[in-house]
Amino acid sequence: MSAVVSSVVPSGEKLALRCTGLHRYLGQGEGRVHVLRGVSFEAQPGQVYAIVGPSGCGKSTLLYLLGLLDQPDAGEIAIDGQLMSNSEDSVRTAARGLHIGFVFQFHFLMLEFSALENVMMPMRKLGKLSPAAMAERAHGLLASVGLGEKTHRLGTQLSGGEQQRVAVARALANQPAIILADEPTGNLDVKNSAMVFDLLTRLAKENGQAVILVTHNPEIANRCDLVRPMRDGLFV
Amino acid sequence: MSPNLHIAFRFLTAKKRAMLMSLSCIILGVGLFIVTQAATTGFEGFFIRTILGTDGAMRIQDKLQATQGSMAAGGYNSGFEIEQKENLKYIEGIEEPGRLLAALSEFENVSGASAVLRGSVVIRSSFQNQSIQVFGIDLAAHVKVSDLGNQIVDGSLTSFRDSPSGAILGREMANRLHLNVDDSFQLEALGQVRRYRVSAIYETGVSDIDRLRLYLNMIEARSLLKEPIKATFLQINLANKDRAPEDAAHMQQVLGYSAEPWQQREKSWLSAFSALRITSGITVSVFTLIAGLAMFNTLAMIVLEKTKDIAILRSMGYERADITRIFLWQAGIVLVIGIVIGGAFGAGASYAISRVPLPHGGITGIFATKYFIVDLRYWHIVQAAITAIFTVMIASLVPARRAARLEPGDIVRGTAL
Repeated sequence: MSAVVSSVVPSGEKLALRCTGLHRYLGQGEGRVHVLRGVSFEAQPGQVYAIVGPSGCGKSTLLYLLGLLDQPDAGEIAIDGQLMSNSEDSVRTAARGLHIGFVFQFHFLMLEFSALENVMMPMRKLGKLSPAAMAERAHGLLASVGLGEKTHRLGTQLSGGEQQRVAVARALANQPAIILADEPTGNLDVKNSAMVFDLLTRLAKENGQAVILVTHNPEIANRCDLVRPMRDGLFV
Repeated sequence: MSPNLHIAFRFLTAKKRAMLMSLSCIILGVGLFIVTQAATTGFEGFFIRTILGTDGAMRIQDKLQATQGSMAAGGYNSGFEIEQKENLKYIEGIEEPGRLLAALSEFENVSGASAVLRGSVVIRSSFQNQSIQVFGIDLAAHVKVSDLGNQIVDGSLTSFRDSPSGAILGREMANRLHLNVDDSFQLEALGQVRRYRVSAIYETGVSDIDRLRLYLNMIEARSLLKEPIKATFLQINLANKDRAPEDAAHMQQVLGYSAEPWQQREKSWLSAFSALRITSGITVSVFTLIAGLAMFNTLAMIVLEKTKDIAILRSMGYERADITRIFLWQAGIVLVIGIVIGGAFGAGASYAISRVPLPHGGITGIFATKYFIVDLRYWHIVQAAITAIFTVMIASLVPARRAARLEPGDIVRGTAL
């Protein structure tokens, strides 16, 4: 059951992510568009948030800003209490590896690598686990998304739904505090959409991760804890 | 294996055909570089051995006499003097060769010294006459400062040593005059004509020597050239031939005679070999340059094709430096394979061409050989590798840095590149 809210943060609650007054312009010259017009948002651990709205309203732009893939023209982003919006590229990159997991609409698997290698990729960069422990965790994650038997298949040898499930497992690999999903079911049929969404929310809930997903699918949105509708670069 | 290397390897194997072009060029570039360097070094080394075997590591000739350093130009006490450029005068020949030879034996690096008396004569055979140079030598001393013992192609040195009228002729001279071992001929010098016999025929491969130089025993040469005491020059052999310039300078200072090391004597030929080596190295480096361009092209293509992968990696926490390394690793892997195979190819090809007979029966003129001469050194491989590494890595740096500069947000949004 979802609830459309304007403010989701009870005072004193620890936040996984917070942004205030985000502005973002895209394009140049006459084509320059004011995509985000002072957006503020907060996410708590263990909650699933849906950002909904018409195409071009700034949902994905906001998601990339929250994921530190892009930098705002104005405003602040804090992750795990640390201000990240204006920090150096190396700091934002490290924060992405440590705190954030991404699931994109078109899975974005690395097709020359097996499912197992794709899931191990973020772990290998973080380097916290031994190779054996990484492989064990990757096996576990793939088993939890129902791909325990297909761990050694290359990305090209998996169906669209399977690829997206691998992407979910990969997003969870480093146990990030925040999962950002950009239309994670947008390219899947109904059955696979439901499966991927269930997996994402179940695993995130189990691990106390904040999930922020952008979706056009009202059924998916309605199953989130909180829905934030957007229009013309602002939450409404 | 580091994650960057692992990713690089997979990216690379996905682009095998394109990479094969770069790899082939690196193999050719490295291999041919090694072959040309080994061949020029081989021929240069053979030339040096030849000239050391004929004219020795050093020659001492012409006594040095100090002259006044300046000249008064405006009369006595005018205060205006012209400085002489070189305050030395050269007096031709060695006045007391015996004393000088004894003094030379005190030099640590000198392994042999031989006094030589040289003079111009006319040789007469039944076929024709020719102006030549007679070299009067003490055979026992001269074989220690030259390779004359190994240059004999007909007859024997023993016969020469035991016969006062014996002579050693160069191969070309003997051919021109239609002379063989034991044939007799006449030498005309200073108004006298004497008869000699061919004891042996030598061949150095150096045309000017084989055509013009005739050896006589020193006693006979002194008598013929009417020079009872002096020598024209001393030919010296050195234990360490590379030290010849330093030893020459030292001897010149101590003995008061001009000493010319082989490096100075053969400067023009050595410069020619050096220029040839550099030119051939630059020429075959074109292959390495093409390899660099091919690598640039392939990596640029991979960057275009892998923008999404770059975005994924960046979203996972891979830094810009990691992306650069991933692309440089790809170049590095191809380079290592190319250098290893190219090195083996170069070494194999060098060995193979050393077995190939030269056309027209071989080379003569500055030396004589019937086969390609190669001298493969480890630094040929090192030079080839450095050239390839420099070219390919510089070419790879541009696409690698371009990949690293890509913004993940732009890629995901579809506005990158």
